[in-house]
Amino acid sequence: MSLFEHGVKNLHTLVKDGEVKVSELVQESFDRIDRVDGKIGAFLSLNEDAFEQAKRMDEIAKHEASPLFGLPIGVKDNIVTKGMTTTCGSKFLENFVPAHDATVVERLHEAGAVTIGKLNMDEFAMGSSNENSAYKPVRNPWNTKHVPGGSSGGSAAAVAAGEVLFSLGSDTGGSIRQPAAYCGVVGLKPTYGLVSRFGLVAFASSLDQIGPVTRTVEDNAYLLSAIAGHCDMDSTSANVNPTDYTQALTGDIKGLKIAVPKEYFGEGISEGVKENIRTAIKKLESLGATVDEVSLPNSKYALATYYLLASSEASSNLARFDGIRYGVRAEADALEDVFKYSRAQGFGDEVKRRIMLGTYALSSGYYDAYYKKAQQARTLIKQDFDNVLANYDVIIGPTAPTPAFELGAQNDDPVTMYANDILTIPINLAGVPAISVPAGFVDGLPVGLQIIGKHFDEATIYRAAHAFELATGGFALPKL
Amino acid sequence: MNFETVIGIEVHAELNTNTKMFCGCAREYGAETNTKTCPICLGHPGVLPKINEKAVELAVRAAMALNCQVADQTKFDRKNYFYPDTPKAYQISQFDQPIGFDGYIDAEVDGETKRFRIERVHLEEDAGKMNHTGANHSVVDFNRTGAPLIEIVSEADMRSPKEAVAYLERLKEVLQYAGVSDVKMEEGSLRCDCNISVRPYGQEKFGTKTELKNLNSFGNVLKGLEYEEDRHRKLLLSGGVMRQETLRFDETKKQTVLMRVKEGASDYRYFPEPDLVKLVLDHDWKEAIRAGIPELPDARRVRYQEALGLSAYDAKQLTVTREMAEYFEATIAAGAEPKAAANWTVGEVQGHLNKSTETFETIKLTPARLAEMIELIAGGTISSKIAKQVFTAVIEHGVEPRAYVEEQGLAQISDEGLLRGLVVEMFEANPAVVEELVNGRDRKKGFVIGQIMKKTKGMANPALLDQLFYEELEKLK
Repeated sequence: MSLFEHGVKNLHTLVKDGEVKVSELVQESFDRIDRVDGKIGAFLSLNEDAFEQAKRMDEIAKHEASPLFGLPIGVKDNIVTKGMTTTCGSKFLENFVPAHDATVVERLHEAGAVTIGKLNMDEFAMGSSNENSAYKPVRNPWNTKHVPGGSSGGSAAAVAAGEVLFSLGSDTGGSIRQPAAYCGVVGLKPTYGLVSRFGLVAFASSLDQIGPVTRTVEDNAYLLSAIAGHCDMDSTSANVNPTDYTQALTGDIKGLKIAVPKEYFGEGISEGVKENIRTAIKKLESLGATVDEVSLPNSKYALATYYLLASSEASSNLARFDGIRYGVRAEADALEDVFKYSRAQGFGDEVKRRIMLGTYALSSGYYDAYYKKAQQARTLIKQDFDNVLANYDVIIGPTAPTPAFELGAQNDDPVTMYANDILTIPINLAGVPAISVPAGFVDGLPVGLQIIGKHFDEATIYRAAHAFELATGGFALPKL
Repeated sequence: MNFETVIGIEVHAELNTNTKMFCGCAREYGAETNTKTCPICLGHPGVLPKINEKAVELAVRAAMALNCQVADQTKFDRKNYFYPDTPKAYQISQFDQPIGFDGYIDAEVDGETKRFRIERVHLEEDAGKMNHTGANHSVVDFNRTGAPLIEIVSEADMRSPKEAVAYLERLKEVLQYAGVSDVKMEEGSLRCDCNISVRPYGQEKFGTKTELKNLNSFGNVLKGLEYEEDRHRKLLLSGGVMRQETLRFDETKKQTVLMRVKEGASDYRYFPEPDLVKLVLDHDWKEAIRAGIPELPDARRVRYQEALGLSAYDAKQLTVTREMAEYFEATIAAGAEPKAAANWTVGEVQGHLNKSTETFETIKLTPARLAEMIELIAGGTISSKIAKQVFTAVIEHGVEPRAYVEEQGLAQISDEGLLRGLVVEMFEANPAVVEELVNGRDRKKGFVIGQIMKKTKGMANPALLDQLFYEELEKLK
């Protein structure tokens, strides 16, 4: 039996009582990685100091250790780690060794979690299948012909495959929830501003959030409790006090008011997914929740709005990769050519596509029609959520339109690929929190249930997700 | 054909903060290359900016001192462009909501006061400093990257190079007085770019403008603009067409040199900086800043004339810098008579500072000491000749004037009884001289005074001695 089956709560007791050593936990991670990561491709680099750290931690008294003490974690490779290469899945940052830790990494270290390594991802977090990694694709542990989702494909696959107990991902338009759904794990996109972005290499600053990927809802609540809260280095960080989210896990959702948007069961949502989600809704009703159908009428603008705003911000955020200071530097006589050729060589196709789109949307003469219009649409989309959440505790629906597709299946058409995020993108635009929890299988591939909550009301999301998980069995380990 | 010149000016002033605009790096002019940097100002992947409140305060203060409206709410925007001096490849600036707008400056040109409007004052971060040192490479110093700047954009209100310089001089004065910036052109804490065009008198439409950059002194602003004004006129008169160009002024050649031809406007793709939240400028906070702005030079000049009875010329001389004005005022506060304090401040004191590295703040002749010295002169304790000696001693060694005068026995003899006794004694001892004096041969006066001065080692109060000499002589007539 894997030690990771215990979950945070039990492992904490075992570590504290000295029944499990930190070095054993780290060993388990590395053994599993050795055995399965050749098939999965979740890791881009491993922390060579992890064993030394574990040994040192085994030496010290643990009666006051925090719940995460000694537990092995994987970190998405767009979250900076001092002294550890942070590539963002891009050739541009192949040799980038950050000078400092991200706030979330700092907080994890304070809590005693051990970083096992850095997790594969779509280049600069742009993608829904992890095929955009400049290094290697990640494969779905449930079926290695299939994608794990993206962009936090490494984060979801590593947890699903038992390579680490849990991991951190980042979510700009669904990048935690969609891979969590595809891989059968729990992934939360916190409220914008709940978790510090300091040290997260920006894709779209007004949408990006770091969040936890775990086997169980309870573990997720533990991990969020450790990383959430105000950060002085991030001006967009909310003034929220540290919270113990595990307190919300009562198992009781009697009277919980659930809204189900009809738009989340429309065209493009596969029958298999619909069926699983309908079953999930019935299950929640049987647990005492009330369910009403509602409408989020502006959802139809979400995809276009997102690709304009996120790409605009990305075009600016990624401009610093110009060949002068990082990775790829093309030789050319004129300065402008150094910029052009370096960027042509250093970025992958999807990144280039979005930089061009964003540059265009911000250009003089087009700004009003694209960027500004998209901002206005974003306000409407946010109002949709505010209106519904004024009367309901949570909104639920599927996380993704389909289960994981095969590698290469959607590479020819970016717009089809973009549609994978149609159910997760509106949440980022609204800034509200949402989780994906396992809700059954279609043809051996997991389906995710998405639970969306009010701003800063992660507690209610966790309560609902936890009750659902208790009633349905939750995480299963794929055979590898 | 007669042409009218039109000039508009953009000024960049570095703000007097201890740290940079968006990170905690210390600011130090002349520090070793690339030592005042951190991941934030170097734009490392993953970092975020954090607003320096002091910089916002100083920008608000500048806007107020320049008679601007101050925004109730403002925000930052990204100005995107590729250049190695800007490590993020965008500059955090302000696009459509500047901190200050609709201001003005009144400046005197040829004896007349003219109002120059200010379109906007906005806050932004500085870029690094590029040095094009090698044949095939350039180097960048990022120490300056992220330093807080305000950009002050004038309306195109100047009608001559002279007016441009008058505007700049007043602007510099205001920024310096308001404590906003060091305004040192030689260190780059004040930089200006001038746009100039000419048009036939009566024509409303502006002519094609050229931009003069890298002007490192007001003298060069004047020369550069005069050169351009002349070039524009001649070109248009000869039937030529002006191109929109950016030029610099070459000091040795004394002419403007083309840097680049502008083809259309650059597209900086401005958009709101998503890493920073909107800035709400609280009414009470703003009013507290307003209350803290020191008296500006215009107001001081009026007060010096009306309350202190100084001439317009003196008032102007004394307010050239805030340091000088404050030195002068401290001297008066210490009890000195205003006119004398003014004369010493703009004369001997400024003269000394011109030759040394000291400043009004570090000079050993403190306002209190200067006031004491002025009192010694006014009270007749020392002569103006001795005063120069005392001045030198104070300025070199920081001695206390009164104590020094006493120690060195430099006080004048103003004892009337004693001096009168000496005069009488002299007359009695030299009857022949007295006879000549009585007969109206005044040249012998010098002999008598000289003898008394010799006896008193030159310390006799000359004015008093002169008076007593005539009084005693009158008695003998």
